[in-house]
Amino acid sequence: MKLEVRNGSFGYGDKLILKDINFEVGEKTIMTVLGPNGVGKTTMLKCIMGFLKWTKGDNYLDGRRIGSYTDKEFWRKTSYVPQAKRSVFSYRCIDMVVMGLSSRQNFFDTPSKEDYKKAEAVMDMLGISDLSEKHCNALSGGELQMIMIARAIISEPELIILDEPESNLDMKNQLRVIDSIVNITRKMGTSCLINTHFPDHALSISDTTLMLGYNNQLLLGRTEDIVTEENIQRFFNVCSKIVSFNISSEEYRTIFPYKVAK
Amino acid sequence: MDIKKIRIKLLFLLMILLILFILAICVGRYGISPVDVIRALTFDDTMDPLIKNVVLQVRLPRILMSMIVGAGLACSGASYQCIFGNPLVSPDILGVSAGAGFGAALGILLSGSAVVVQGQALFFGLIAVVIVLCISRVNKKTELFMLVLSGVIVGAFFEALISLVKYVADPQNTLPAITVWLMGSLASVSYQKVIICSVTILPCTVALMTLRWKMNLMSLDDEEAISMGVNVERVRLIIIVISTLMTAVSVSLCGIIGWIGLVIPHIGRFIVGDDHRGLIPACVIIGAGYLLVIDSVARTLTAAELPLSILTAMVGAPFFGVMLRKTMGNGGNG
Repeated sequence: MKLEVRNGSFGYGDKLILKDINFEVGEKTIMTVLGPNGVGKTTMLKCIMGFLKWTKGDNYLDGRRIGSYTDKEFWRKTSYVPQAKRSVFSYRCIDMVVMGLSSRQNFFDTPSKEDYKKAEAVMDMLGISDLSEKHCNALSGGELQMIMIARAIISEPELIILDEPESNLDMKNQLRVIDSIVNITRKMGTSCLINTHFPDHALSISDTTLMLGYNNQLLLGRTEDIVTEENIQRFFNVCSKIVSFNISSEEYRTIFPYKVAK
Repeated sequence: MDIKKIRIKLLFLLMILLILFILAICVGRYGISPVDVIRALTFDDTMDPLIKNVVLQVRLPRILMSMIVGAGLACSGASYQCIFGNPLVSPDILGVSAGAGFGAALGILLSGSAVVVQGQALFFGLIAVVIVLCISRVNKKTELFMLVLSGVIVGAFFEALISLVKYVADPQNTLPAITVWLMGSLASVSYQKVIICSVTILPCTVALMTLRWKMNLMSLDDEEAISMGVNVERVRLIIIVISTLMTAVSVSLCGIIGWIGLVIPHIGRFIVGDDHRGLIPACVIIGAGYLLVIDSVARTLTAAELPLSILTAMVGAPFFGVMLRKTMGNGGNG
């Protein structure tokens, strides 16, 4: 699996929000997209998934233009994890997870016993089996996000696109989400493209990072080369310090923003 | 809720419907015992031809009609609520009822023949939806809020036309006829109407039943549904067309019967939950039973028939209020 964006530009009228985006996400890699509010991170994901159309440029999956795939073909290879929010109607969690298989079903198909077994296995892998009989609207934000992730991976996609999956979650749930993403990539060989507000998370899980800034600035490269004190100041306008420390011979890095840059 | 549990509940509802069906045939100006009803329904030759006639020729068509129309309206209501992701939506949201009502009023004003009235009602009901779909389609895409607003606009327009027709109608005979018709009635049901109704509403109901798993997906955000391989625009159009056709047909045959499409899905959710795999069949059964009961009350309560919309609203509105308080507006998932 290889996802490529070539010369992607998007804008309304004359004003370009995204300009000349070029990157690729290879096999079994995690790529994070960082950037301040309003630079068009979500817009970019929408352009990749076809919810919005690039004004210029195009997306390629395994060398083929994504437009040349049928919707079904594309969504069999790709899954999308939106930001968790309550829905109008509330379904059982296991039913919600089973819905993720519908890109593999025929038009009139309803889920089978095997589909439910698969859903149980996926929920087990993510450690959320206890939620299966609960109703989605009775869940906490963190639990709901885990259900969304389960729904995304049940179809065994080659690429998962996640839009700020750990926003609005408490620390424990942020770690749960982040850990499961790493787990999924390791166990299932899935690539992930993640929008995030947390440079910390980029440092701890991603291989490559795309940093978007105002006025169409962008940086692309290996995460440790991109998430640096200088770049954070340039793109986010905050002074920060990257600190690394060891706990039981495992190295951790974190980034501490200490003041707004002048 | 487990599919198994849902099945048991549906079976239970079906049994209640069967009992109501028999009871409804018993009641009326001329009381008939349940045993006689069953004998008549099984074509027992030895029984009193008068009773048989009342059962088979007078009551049965009307009762069948009420069940088919009730099932259709409830089922299309549930589908609309799913498609629009809003549990306060009902089948007349796209101006169908107003359009069909205008067509019928015009028919009564101009000719009074049943065929003209029904034909015009169906025609204008569908016209209303076509106009709504045209207004709301911008840049080859139909946004949901555009659809709903267009429905309000077209509905208001046809309401005005109805008022105009009423204003010019003869207050001695056509005006009362229009007014009564607009309130809905099953008094003039014949087997012919039952057949028209069954060849349109029943296949539509079956179609919605086959789409009931898709409806779960359709009730999510558009982008989520698309990402699960659903062709959202196409499925939405199919469901809207089917539900609208059902509403238009029933309005054209028995006038405007309000509230069923709004209230029954809520009762359904209260009993079987939000999952459309259980909800759609539940709505079919409960809708059939509800209109059956309402119509039986309408024809037995007073010497003159009561219009259906009065009863559906008078029973439906307070009931809806209580349900809403009880479930705090989140369906039956507590």
